[in-house]
Amino acid sequence: MRVRVISGVLAGLFAGLAGVTPAAEKAENVNGRNWAATCTGCHGTNGYSEGGMPNLAGLQKAYIVTAMREFKAGTRQATVMHQHAKGYSDEQIERIAEFFAAQKLD
Amino acid sequence: MTFSRREFIKLLSASAVMAGNAGCATATTSKAAGRVVVIGAGFAGATAAKYIRMWSPDIQVTLVERDTEFISCPLSNRVLAGTMQLKELTRDYGKLQAKHGVKVVHDEVVAIDTERRAVKLASGSTLEYDRLIVAPGADLLPGEVPGLPTGSDRILHAWKAGPQTVALRKQLEAMPDGGVYALTIPKAPYRCPPGPYERACQVAWYFKNHKPRSKVLILDANEDVVSKKGLFTKAWVERYAGIVEYRPNSELVEVDAGSLTAKLAFEDVKADVLNVVPPQRAGKIALDAGLINANNRWCGVDFLTYESTAVKNVHVLGDSIMAAPQMPKSGHMANQHAKVCAAAIVALLHGEAVNTQPLLTNTCYSFVSDKDVIHVASVHAYNAEKKTMEIVQGSGGVSAAASELEGQYAEAWGRNIWADMLA
Repeated sequence: MRVRVISGVLAGLFAGLAGVTPAAEKAENVNGRNWAATCTGCHGTNGYSEGGMPNLAGLQKAYIVTAMREFKAGTRQATVMHQHAKGYSDEQIERIAEFFAAQKLD
Repeated sequence: MTFSRREFIKLLSASAVMAGNAGCATATTSKAAGRVVVIGAGFAGATAAKYIRMWSPDIQVTLVERDTEFISCPLSNRVLAGTMQLKELTRDYGKLQAKHGVKVVHDEVVAIDTERRAVKLASGSTLEYDRLIVAPGADLLPGEVPGLPTGSDRILHAWKAGPQTVALRKQLEAMPDGGVYALTIPKAPYRCPPGPYERACQVAWYFKNHKPRSKVLILDANEDVVSKKGLFTKAWVERYAGIVEYRPNSELVEVDAGSLTAKLAFEDVKADVLNVVPPQRAGKIALDAGLINANNRWCGVDFLTYESTAVKNVHVLGDSIMAAPQMPKSGHMANQHAKVCAAAIVALLHGEAVNTQPLLTNTCYSFVSDKDVIHVASVHAYNAEKKTMEIVQGSGGVSAAASELEGQYAEAWGRNIWADMLA
């Protein structure tokens, strides 16, 4: 009886601890999420374009990083992206690219 | 397995503490981490409401908006040219509730009690908050122009897309060929810096194609064109020669409503259609709540959180803020403020650190004809030492030239940003 009470309490305790972990995992690449949100006014929420602008969701990280570097260098044709790309540091571009690469395409 | 009485009590009390903690941890999924009330569902308020829910479904968000539909100001100058209809710029608020769980309340805020953290609505109910977002946009102040009647259906501002936009289009259609359309621009900062110059282009395009003997007279209180100067000037000279006339340093001093005359310091200008964009100030609810603390017009904010520098737990977004230099009062900027604020509120309500390196982007497209478009763009980063936002050196700029390609991007911008705030 006593044991049953205690094990019940312990189970509750572990459930509580287990409940903490997803929050910690969620915190990963929060900077990427926040910086990527500067792109989504034009490119659609989380990079899912409504059409007429390139879709960024699900693109490979390396593709986004290369494109942004080329926009920055002026070697990739653009109307406006060469002006935006120069506003982001290499680290910001990496985190943003990781965020969009992590978005599911289905 | 047996326990002495003392050990059992010790264990029980320890587990009671643990159970308390566990209760806290599970509360984030079963009980709200906090209550946020958002006043105003424009580019700023709607985006903030959606993003808070998207990033943290454990926060309750109530959005108070007086109108039942959103009408976009960006792109609405095209209605004046007759190349776009108001219904194409109109969206509903349904998905904020259905898809994101934002509680949308169509009501009017009559008072904010910042001590008790409660918002009183016209319907009589009260909404309590942990964090309040005030995003009422800019109020137009016709009362600051002597002689300008408030609520006039003859002298329109059409500076909020809606019935006035349609009414101004009708005035332009009714105006005989050879008439004068005069547009007055207040001193900066005002909502949408390139807006008046785009409007001049749109009306000029309509005149050129339908009433070629008519004139567009721009009476600008500023000493020069405030935005995209080179590109707008080029459009007026190359596309609308003989139609558009630009006059700087032409502040509107008084209006004679009976004769549609704009009185300037040294001359009177009589128009057939007089379109007055009045001086502006943060929305009245911001004034009433004591949030205005910059130039008696705008609300100072902390650019890391958009929390008011006047009142705790109240955040201000969009056109109502005292922006840092070179941050325009634009829909795109409002959308960007909202996301920085949403991330900060999510962090604050979970006891987490706020992002110390926020970024903002801006892209404003302007139609110089029915199809050709120009843009101005910028990226803004936080300067921790000066506690302000600054344009990242080397970033931003304007179009090389007006183009149809940018016209397609401008329309796509609309579709994407409206969905980003509402869908």
